[in-house]
Amino acid sequence: MAKHHRILLKNIEFDDQGEISAYEKRGGYQSIRKSLQLAPDKVTEEVKLSGLRGRGGAGFPTGMKWGFVPKNTGKPIYLLNNADESEPGTFKDRLLMERDPHLCLEGMMIACWALQSNWSCVYIRGEYSYPAVRMQRAIDQAYAKGYLGKNIFGTGYNLDIVLHRGAGAYICGEETALIESLEGNKGQPRIKPPFPAVQGLYQCPTVVNNTETLAALPWIMENGAKAYASIGTEKSAGTKLFSASGHINKPGVYEVDLGYPIEEFLADECGGIWNGKKLKAVIPGGSSVAVLRADELPGVRLDYESIRAKGSMLGSGGFIVMDETTDMLDAVINLQHFYSHESCGQCTPCREGAHWVEKIFSRIQRGGGAPSDLLLVKDITSQIAGHTICPFGEALVTPALSFIEKFPEEFERPIEAALLGGGLGSERAA
Amino acid sequence: MTGNSVPVLSEKAESKLKQYVARYPETKSAVMPALYIAQEELGHISKEAVYWVADRLSLPPAHVFQVATFYTMYYKKPVGKYHFQVCRTLSCAIRGAGKITECLHSRFGVKAHDVTKDGQWSYEEVECLGSCGTAPMVQVNDIFFENLTPEKLNALIDRMEREKPKLRYSAVDEDLGAGFADLPKSEVWVKS
Repeated sequence: MAKHHRILLKNIEFDDQGEISAYEKRGGYQSIRKSLQLAPDKVTEEVKLSGLRGRGGAGFPTGMKWGFVPKNTGKPIYLLNNADESEPGTFKDRLLMERDPHLCLEGMMIACWALQSNWSCVYIRGEYSYPAVRMQRAIDQAYAKGYLGKNIFGTGYNLDIVLHRGAGAYICGEETALIESLEGNKGQPRIKPPFPAVQGLYQCPTVVNNTETLAALPWIMENGAKAYASIGTEKSAGTKLFSASGHINKPGVYEVDLGYPIEEFLADECGGIWNGKKLKAVIPGGSSVAVLRADELPGVRLDYESIRAKGSMLGSGGFIVMDETTDMLDAVINLQHFYSHESCGQCTPCREGAHWVEKIFSRIQRGGGAPSDLLLVKDITSQIAGHTICPFGEALVTPALSFIEKFPEEFERPIEAALLGGGLGSERAA
Repeated sequence: MTGNSVPVLSEKAESKLKQYVARYPETKSAVMPALYIAQEELGHISKEAVYWVADRLSLPPAHVFQVATFYTMYYKKPVGKYHFQVCRTLSCAIRGAGKITECLHSRFGVKAHDVTKDGQWSYEEVECLGSCGTAPMVQVNDIFFENLTPEKLNALIDRMEREKPKLRYSAVDEDLGAGFADLPKSEVWVKS
């Protein structure tokens, strides 16, 4: 098995890692001390040089995102930790928060110092009760030690970090929806521009970073940008967590150097396909990215560019594996139900279209499909993507179209059967 | 707020709310935790619960109501003392989540979202709970039970009937001994 760097999961096996004393014993809270000795701009510079990219899904360069925050506006600046991990197939931030919460906190502290933020928040999805308890305990311990609050580490810098629990809305992982939600509103995305960096929480400059992104910062500040940039590929630096699930022998969270061959990951980390079955398909980056057929995988590597070249995305690293017995029509209906349930309802194309796509697939499945149905899906989805305030529209369209493109026979077969059996339109007529 | 009856909640709930309001730069941000506090005390988000939040945070009840109805974790009607949420999304579905829901349906004899006559049990299917690697699973109140089979689930419900465990954390994210002492609260980390 390939040897990978351990940046995020280096202490994950220790059951006591959530205690501040154990965290410090293993070198914790040294990076923030080091960072506080540097000018904030130097920290941002270091993060830019490291090549770290956002791990929530979009892969946007973190240092560049910080660089968009205007200086000297006289307004407070906010750093928000996006721990609203809800992308189907993704459970990496949960692992970090449950087993190494101080690492997540230290990453936030470093980002706050770089941005000169004095108030920061962990926005954690509501269902993550246990991770929330673990994070809150870590926050309480950090306050008790003087690592949070007034004059942290005796430097004169003030920093408050609070935990805010969501309440079961996938859309709140979208950064402007998260901000709306944190302001005490429905979590409906805002039109950009203005971008959060300029007008975010309470109309103040705001940076929203994913938990895993923040958790990489202590290592980067300890070992330097160059060391981080030397791991992975030229454009995809560092390591990434993959949440492996589905029909595999060893589901779980794995940290791999970016650029790792996808087939090796499947065979070694995931332990191969369960029950001696054959692989059918993989969704490599959470449910919102295009599905890849087994025959497309040779040569593909786990990094942003390689997966992009195959027409999919690295996304959140939610790696869902399906074996040869999987009914792809069932699978895509399952996902479309997710999207129709989670659409926030703000934009008509998404609110209505999500339900239509699910209903059309369902009627094909029930034997009521018409030959024109796949064209109808393509037509509807063409009116969703690009016509909504946030990327949820694209997210719901991608699985629908990619499943049809990659597995056309699984949609055409029931439609043909309906035709032959005289079932054409019979359900709708009835 | 004339005409709306604001319910009396415990001193503890009031002080929890104050604690939360103090955390945020702006009071309105405390709407979500306030709704959790009211739900913990009243069981679900009734009209009265909305009035309590609106009154304490000086917000229009309509605003609080739209927030409460937007988020699925605020229950708009009562749920059982033990409320089972079965993850139905892809990774769980392809590893047998359907059998978990069937098991709950036949065991409790009620439809999803309905509560058994004794007020003890209810269930629903929910979207991805971030437990895809330990599928299938259920969340009972606040506690995850992972890597399930119908047999394991039935044994778990037997235990709940016998031991009546506390399966909810406090709304201020304190542990307070929730869950079964001998069972892990999470199985997300697998030693390799």
